[in-house]
Amino acid sequence: MSGKSGLSKRQRAKVFRISQYVLLVAVVVVFAITADWAEIRRAFFDFDVAAQQFPNVITIALKNTIIYTVLGFAFGLSLGLILALMRLSSVAPYRWLSTIYIEFFRGLPALLVFIAIGTGIPLAFKDTHITREVSIMLALGLVGAAYMAETIRAGIQAVPKGQVEAARSLGMSQGRAMITIVIPQAFRIILPPLTNELILLTKDSSLAYLLGSTLAEQELAQFGRQALTSFKSLTPVLVVGLCYLIITIPLSLLSRRLENKFGSGGMTTRGVGG
Amino acid sequence: MTEPIIEITGLCKAFGPLEVLKGIDLTVRRGEVVCIIGPSGSGKSTMLRCVNLLEEPTGGKVVVDGVELTDEDCDIDRARTRVGMVFQGFNLFAHLSVLDNLTIAQRKVLGRSKGEAEMVARENLAKVGLSEKAESTPGQLSGGQQQRVAIARALSMNPEVMLFDEPTSALDPELVGDVLGVMRQLADDGMTMLVVTHEMQFAREVADRVLFMDGGYVVEEGPAEQVIGAPREERTRSFLARVLDPVHNAGA
Repeated sequence: MSGKSGLSKRQRAKVFRISQYVLLVAVVVVFAITADWAEIRRAFFDFDVAAQQFPNVITIALKNTIIYTVLGFAFGLSLGLILALMRLSSVAPYRWLSTIYIEFFRGLPALLVFIAIGTGIPLAFKDTHITREVSIMLALGLVGAAYMAETIRAGIQAVPKGQVEAARSLGMSQGRAMITIVIPQAFRIILPPLTNELILLTKDSSLAYLLGSTLAEQELAQFGRQALTSFKSLTPVLVVGLCYLIITIPLSLLSRRLENKFGSGGMTTRGVGG
Repeated sequence: MTEPIIEITGLCKAFGPLEVLKGIDLTVRRGEVVCIIGPSGSGKSTMLRCVNLLEEPTGGKVVVDGVELTDEDCDIDRARTRVGMVFQGFNLFAHLSVLDNLTIAQRKVLGRSKGEAEMVARENLAKVGLSEKAESTPGQLSGGQQQRVAIARALSMNPEVMLFDEPTSALDPELVGDVLGVMRQLADDGMTMLVVTHEMQFAREVADRVLFMDGGYVVEEGPAEQVIGAPREERTRSFLARVLDPVHNAGA
């Protein structure tokens, strides 16, 4: 770390790197010594309590988390696609609307959107019966759409202009060229970021508790919080956390694989854009 | 010769304040091969792109096969199916196999059945010598092969006219010959062709007529032998000198 004179540039870099390792080890050692391991083990690794979470943590909580996420993602993706197309439209009011929507929902915490949906919808539509699933789908989708719209827009713009020209020269209309040529290529480009969006939505689905629920409707986070109080143990949090990772880590790996597959020239054509 | 198939009169195109075409008149007859040469920025590609309205003219009239494209009521998508276009950058659909590149517009635009479209596609792939590449993706092909597929794709719509926008400019030199060979065959088969090119040898041997464009005008036009072999205009002469012998005529 020191810039001692007499050392070559390469030697100084080596000293710097070694001092980083030393610092890292020191931090870990300090934590390990000061932490109360017996207490941690008692709180987080109580196998009796862990065992009692099954099978409900899987059959109810994990299942609901997946259902809410998939519903929200599907709605958000559809709305996001519409917003992206509006954003790229030649009609100025469409562009404005889309921009306002995106800035609005990207700027708000998802928590507020859930509260607004939870209290707003029953007030605004008294006579219609909107189920809890639909409310969750709306809240997750409305937030997700704002992010996905920007991703999809970037993907559409990343498709070379020559692709549209070729399609138009073959007699395809603007819309047909968009649907058959541009959008399929755009989605290949944005699959990795969309997978990341799915991971974010999986975690945001924990806000479903704001819309109230019976045991059968609980997703992972709420299930964990309830078990936390009823068992007086932190172990359910650990179990629930592992359940989230069961969903998100494979998605993360998938995203990375897609990035390698489509990012390293599998899609590119010689000459296009060159 | 036969009846005119492309009639361009008073064609103007401006990008904002920049006038690229300043009044072009051109008539192409059925079966004719016309090569357009000229320095970069002369407006030759823009002119070609006006023939299928990829660029919207700011003035003048374009009539193809009796249909006035510049008429506001013209069904331009329909009209474009009769005008094939080959681009400098190939522009094959990167997400589709070679066969699907050739069939997608036939099916979605012309409404041909899958079987019929594939039959037409395979015929045209054979014509450009790439039958065995039907299942490949564009990324697996060389530039020359991609351009031949692009020609086959345009031919699969059974166009009346083919437009070529510098089809060999993006190719490695050793691949140019294959593409020019396919184009020569096409010309021999009687296809009407409008070719923007820097290949003087090709223009000389294949073109019925050569146009030299500069500064948004057609400066000189006539048989290939005359325009390339014995140009009348000074501008044509100096351009040809630079293209044919770049080593000794730099900055001429």
